[in-house]
Amino acid sequence: MTPSAVAPPDWERIRSDFPVLRREIDGRPIVYLDSANTSQKPEAVIEAMASFMREGYAPINRSAYRLAAAATDAFEGARTKVARFINAARPEEVVFTRNATEALNMVAQSWGRANLRAGDAVVLTHMEHHANIVPWQMLVDQIGIELRFIPLTDDGLLDLDGLPTLLDGARVLSVTAMSNVLGTINPVERLVTAGRAADCMVMIDACQSVPHGITDVQAWGADFVAFSGHKMLGPSGIGVLWGSSEQLELLPPFLGGGNMIDDVRLDGFTCAPVPAKFEAGTAAIVEAVGLGAAVDYLESVGMANIRRHEMDLTRYAIDSLRTRYGDDVVIHGTDNVEQRGGVLSIAFRDIHPHDLSQVLDESNICVRAGHHCAKPLMRLLGANATVRASLYLYNDRSDVDALVEGLDGASDIFGL
Amino acid sequence: MPGLEDLYREIILDHYKNPRNRGELPEPAISVEGHNPLCGDEITLYLDVADDIVRDVKVSGQGCSISQSSASMMTQAVIGRPVAEVRAVIRRFKSMMAIEEDGLEPSDTDISLGDLEALQGVVKFPVRIKCATLSWNTLIQALDQAV
Repeated sequence: MTPSAVAPPDWERIRSDFPVLRREIDGRPIVYLDSANTSQKPEAVIEAMASFMREGYAPINRSAYRLAAAATDAFEGARTKVARFINAARPEEVVFTRNATEALNMVAQSWGRANLRAGDAVVLTHMEHHANIVPWQMLVDQIGIELRFIPLTDDGLLDLDGLPTLLDGARVLSVTAMSNVLGTINPVERLVTAGRAADCMVMIDACQSVPHGITDVQAWGADFVAFSGHKMLGPSGIGVLWGSSEQLELLPPFLGGGNMIDDVRLDGFTCAPVPAKFEAGTAAIVEAVGLGAAVDYLESVGMANIRRHEMDLTRYAIDSLRTRYGDDVVIHGTDNVEQRGGVLSIAFRDIHPHDLSQVLDESNICVRAGHHCAKPLMRLLGANATVRASLYLYNDRSDVDALVEGLDGASDIFGL
Repeated sequence: MPGLEDLYREIILDHYKNPRNRGELPEPAISVEGHNPLCGDEITLYLDVADDIVRDVKVSGQGCSISQSSASMMTQAVIGRPVAEVRAVIRRFKSMMAIEEDGLEPSDTDISLGDLEALQGVVKFPVRIKCATLSWNTLIQALDQAV
């Protein structure tokens, strides 16, 4: 069967898989447009976690009894699913962390302290989330490294003209695959190639991209990739650090404790093999099972389908906002949906984002108002805050229509 | 559920659109920056205290309708008052915002908040309390530096 002969996903049924979206507040449905912040959970994920706790819960990697062996299989099964999902060469390249922030900090601290010296340069971009800025700033304080930032073009793309100069003599290139404010999708493979050519360690913050499209870490060819579970229909409390086997072998451990050791004597310790080396303490066992179920769910819909659905919705949202409000609405970032994901940071008629989101909440429209943990980027945009509406597979045109309509209500109140 | 009319009272919108005592004061006035980490709002408050009297207050920066109107009304409520009285106004206002950290003193109940009473509705929107108190917390810092 050719791909075109496959029936397209039933988006209405998909939406109904998410219990929260069936809920009403004050007799009206919830319009959830905050998935770049965190995503809602389908019944399949909720049920997988609940039934594991009801019937299968036990410690992993420690005990010989059958219940524990089955729990270990469930946990490692989730690792295998995630590895397949991002096309990792082997499951051991998937390290479970608490979240993406922990994964980024793990690399900054463990790799950074082992490999960086005073004066070494780390190249980031002006559109990074605080989670890919602050860990490196901590190394500025601890080691005395230098930070360089890839600038942006007026329409919110990376300005790569000066990249060779920025990478000259640098040791690290750490960039986001997709901006959580602008929606900009960055040319990861091109960046990795440039970083490699400059002998940099290359890390990708893929928090915003992994949930919304096909990820192939082997094609990217970076050293490390970080992302979170809760933005891709999984539970909070679990994230992923993918590392090439080569890098993970060399990377010193981050947290010390149980599970990460091979042997401990009074005068020292030896590490467990990868990935246990990086998974100190009791893991987020239930959360891993939930993340595995989330991966199953996403694969059943198809990541290419999800990307297409979000491109259609993003285009519809941009067109609807512009048609209705013209110059009264500013949509940050590029209008080209080939180069952006379903993240729309907007400014509207001088109404403060906090006020705007308050009025939208009256209609159960959930958007983020604030600096989106990217204050350097916000300063560049000349805004303390924006309202950000972000789309996912469970959104449809009615959600966009509600947003467009809801903005007018704010105008009424503020007389603008 | 509380309605938006509880939050966006007319007097609040008036202070938002026509903020009083906006701007800066030259040195030796004290200047203190205030941030609301939740929404990214940033203000700078300028305070001129002499002989234990708050001679002048000005506020610059950006913020939402609640934080800006609260700052505007606050300046009107404190300019010209002795520092001790200003602290009592602050305690009264924070208690109206359901923040009891400083503890009301018996005499505080004599203090009238005037226009500021319009901000009472903010309590029904807990997320916004930080907006309403941003300028007040900044004023406390400035007062602590002044005396």
